[in-house]
Amino acid sequence: MTETRGKVVGVNGNMVSVEVDGNISLNEVGYVVIGDKKLKAEVIRIRGNRAELQVFEMTRGIGVGDPVEFSGELLAVELGPGLLSMIYDGLQNPLPELAEQCGFFLERGVYLPALNRTTKWTFTPKVEVGDTVTAADTLGTVPEGIFDHRIMVPFDMTETYTVKSIVSKGDYTVEDQVVELEDSKGNVSQLTMKFEWPVKRAISNYEERLKTGEQMVTKLRIVDTFIPVSLGGTYCIPGPFGAGKTVMQQITSRNAEVDIVIIAACGERAGEVVETLREFPELTDPRTGRTLMERTVIICNTSSMPVAAREASVYTAVTLAEYYRQMGLHVLVLADSTSRWAQAMREMSGRLEEIPGEEAFPAYLESVIAGFYERSGLVRLKDGTKGSVTIGGSVSPAGGNFEEPVTQATLKVVGAFHGLSRERSDARKYPAIDPLDSWSKYPGSVDKDATEYARSILFRGNEVDQMMKVVGEEGTSLDDYVIYQKGEFMDAVYLQQNAFDPVDAAVSVERQQHIFGVMMQILASEFGFEGKDEARMFFNELRQKFIDYNGSEWDGDDFKKLEQEILDQVESKKSGVDRLAVDILETTKA
Amino acid sequence: MQKVYSKIDAIQGNVITVTASGVRYGDLATVNSSHGTSLAEVIRLNGTNVSMQVFTGGRGISTGDEVRFLGHSMKISFSDNLLGRIFDGSGRPRDNGPTLEENLIEIGGPSVNPARRVIPRNMIRTGIPMIDVFNTLVESQKLPIFSVSGEPYNDLLSRIAMQAEVDMIILAGIGLKYDDYLTFREQLEEGGAMARTIFFVHTASDPIVESLLVPDVSLAVAERFALKGKRVLVLLTDMTNFADSMKEIAITMEQVPSNRGYPGDLYSQLAARYEKAVDFEGAGSITILGATTMPGDDVTHPVPDNTGYITEGQYYLRNGRIEPFGSLSRLKQLVNDKTRKDHRAIMDGMIRLYAAYKESLEKKSMGFRMGEWDNKLLKYGEAFERTMMDLSVNIPLEEALDKGWEILADCFDANETGLKSELLREFWPKKEGQRQESA
Ligand SMILES: Nc1ncnc2c1ncn2[C@@H]1O[C@H](COP(=O)(O)OP(=O)(O)OP(=O)(O)O)[C@@H](O)[C@H]1O
Ligand SMILES: [Mg+2]
Repeated sequence: MTETRGKVVGVNGNMVSVEVDGNISLNEVGYVVIGDKKLKAEVIRIRGNRAELQVFEMTRGIGVGDPVEFSGELLAVELGPGLLSMIYDGLQNPLPELAEQCGFFLERGVYLPALNRTTKWTFTPKVEVGDTVTAADTLGTVPEGIFDHRIMVPFDMTETYTVKSIVSKGDYTVEDQVVELEDSKGNVSQLTMKFEWPVKRAISNYEERLKTGEQMVTKLRIVDTFIPVSLGGTYCIPGPFGAGKTVMQQITSRNAEVDIVIIAACGERAGEVVETLREFPELTDPRTGRTLMERTVIICNTSSMPVAAREASVYTAVTLAEYYRQMGLHVLVLADSTSRWAQAMREMSGRLEEIPGEEAFPAYLESVIAGFYERSGLVRLKDGTKGSVTIGGSVSPAGGNFEEPVTQATLKVVGAFHGLSRERSDARKYPAIDPLDSWSKYPGSVDKDATEYARSILFRGNEVDQMMKVVGEEGTSLDDYVIYQKGEFMDAVYLQQNAFDPVDAAVSVERQQHIFGVMMQILASEFGFEGKDEARMFFNELRQKFIDYNGSEWDGDDFKKLEQEILDQVESKKSGVDRLAVDILETTKA
Repeated sequence: MQKVYSKIDAIQGNVITVTASGVRYGDLATVNSSHGTSLAEVIRLNGTNVSMQVFTGGRGISTGDEVRFLGHSMKISFSDNLLGRIFDGSGRPRDNGPTLEENLIEIGGPSVNPARRVIPRNMIRTGIPMIDVFNTLVESQKLPIFSVSGEPYNDLLSRIAMQAEVDMIILAGIGLKYDDYLTFREQLEEGGAMARTIFFVHTASDPIVESLLVPDVSLAVAERFALKGKRVLVLLTDMTNFADSMKEIAITMEQVPSNRGYPGDLYSQLAARYEKAVDFEGAGSITILGATTMPGDDVTHPVPDNTGYITEGQYYLRNGRIEPFGSLSRLKQLVNDKTRKDHRAIMDGMIRLYAAYKESLEKKSMGFRMGEWDNKLLKYGEAFERTMMDLSVNIPLEEALDKGWEILADCFDANETGLKSELLREFWPKKEGQRQESA
């Protein structure tokens, strides 16, 4: 705590106005003292000797005259071994530990250390006395789950230091001193395995930021094939309520081929987080054989938890992600929902009586959203290894209408747009991503020409469908009708995917490429149907087989048998191949 | 503390301001006017200016009326004596029973630590196929009925309440029509459920601000009973009235509105209430069913829209039926894998086909020739509506699933259903002819 003292002169919702008698800084953490409790708060405006603080707790019971203390520190998180598999609130308060202390309910004013103080970590030194180091250099490592957790020089120690002492290999807690560093002036810093970093400041101790390109596999066919995401990239999932944003993020948090997943449950339902935190410890990560929890951190500031902490929670999440990126790991941040974060900003802006922009969101909404997504990226670290932070945010547009400030601001900065449609979710076509509207700027698992061809069938099929609504089936030519059937077929067997089927739920890139090849043979074939009824029945039957095929074990006997049946059926009615698809068929051949 | 002030500086809408010190945010006061005594709650402190919302409204209050601060925030008496009783929004008896003052508890308490929540696992059976089969209700779920005035949403609420396997019911009436209130009471009395019911009722003729307390009072009481091991069902009707009261206060306080005049924190305010739904491990639970009327039958209106983003699904009640589209129970997948193995497939498959039926229906209405497939769909859609959607049907889930297969087999060939072959082999009803052949 600093010398500066303040006292409350006003309360309005979760904002208090404070009269201050010394120096304070913007975004500094302060505490409102009521009785024996200290409520954490952040300075969000200073005018003369009066400051506004947003309180990270319920403000009930605060009165004019209550004392306020200031910490002199910005809002920060604790970094060090032991973050993985933790469940934190937006301010990095560990929730299970809190429950042990307080029971069922969140008691305000109780703040526990983020990292366990008694766990011992086996530290292996990587530098010797006399070596010179600087910010983000590795001093040693400790095993954390399957990772070598790098113990690094704190990111703000940017001078050159000489290692004055270092402990030998052994077990230490995060509070034990492990290294002493001396700067050029002879000042010595004693370091433990943990340090703090302000959440609203990006960690930038890397050599260079690289162009993204390598795919982040989600095992969702429609995403990986048609609207892919790259490691270090950004994407958003806007959609009306109930369209499947959360389910998509949950599936991705399980299946994504990344090292670490940080889930920011930001202002949404507590129940949804519970599913994750109860199930992940039971589920094995096929890549490592360990539980999924061991690669996951959950930042949980759900809708009924204090709004100001919600605003902080997405920054907490991305800061932890950047920290692990510094170890050469690929980290995925999933934020659900960024709209709730934006609303938290709106609430505060309203209380500050700032001039409102569209739908009362603050005028700086766009730049704040851009700043958040900009913290993603693929980087090359000083030691040559690569690490990345990928950010996927769901957006909950008011009225399901994408023409609203948060969706629009997000679309300007992300690399891929996975738009969910009410029409598709109503028809139970999951994942309800609109295949025609959605886009991605990243390269995917299947050759672009091939996906473009498939997309064109979908597009034309949709046109025929629209036309049929006007002129009826009888007014539609057989050729057009077949295109329509092909589009519907592709939708049913490739774009839709059953999240609850043990096999279909997660499809490897290898399998995607293989079955895409099989599907291409169908899409590119010309058929000799007698009439529309025959065509419809043909595709119904084919669809049935393909759904069973999708549900069969990869490359197993059933898989092979069904594939043969599918190809035989196609052969039985095939009359030729679309000239435009000949080259493509070469590239996608299974 | 009990300080008394006899000068009101400002009266604006339902908000009054006095000059006072030693007052805390959220504290209660009483305001004595010639019309009686009302409760008021501190909603803003600015130096010595204390603003309060007056629960009976600002009308008729004079600048010389007496304001007495109680030195605490809103509290309600909690005990088994509440059962079978009827109170208003502030906890005063509406029946002829005694005022309860023992064991006061705070309302609007902290939220449950997410780490202490458990995954919901118990289906609540209602006997209504549109709910049990397609949108299963789950203990500790929060779920609103989206509807428009005139629809029988209150009847549906009371029917579910009576049929659901819960220990007690709390009815939170918010701007409830007096007739509806009487009907509720009558139905619960007839069903013999009155003794396990508590009413907190604010009617349409009561001052609008008073309704703001109803959800918090009801849920605080529900929480205590749940902690004592009771499975509590809370009915909130109608939450649109609650939102409108908040809007009124926000406008009086000159807050910048975000959408159609509603305050920017509408989402957080509604969530704070709905998120009280919980299953306490080792104790009881709170399940919340709400009614949300949609002004202009518009689901994108801020109240239903924000509600949809908070609750775990919704039932659309239209023309006296629960609509298959849009209606959703998001927790159904937590329980419908343990009911019967065809449950999920029937649920998804029948709705998909019903969607196709709607398309054919549209084509038909535009005068297009109906193909063979269209005719099958038309037959199916009609059977689906008659058998599954009728709210007066009262059958167990298993029977409803069997009916589902019957309808499918009656209308389609097996491979037209898009269902997995394995299920078709086990559940597809054998046609008469086939049965004879094999016999
Ligand atoms: N891939 C899927 N497969 C099967 N069912 C799904 C799928 N995605 C969504 N659903 C169904 O839709 C429901 C709602 O999905 P979800 O909770 O993800 O919606 P949401 O877009 O996050 O909504 P909100 O904005 O209100 O949070 C789920 O509970 C589930 O029943
Ligand atoms: Mg969601």
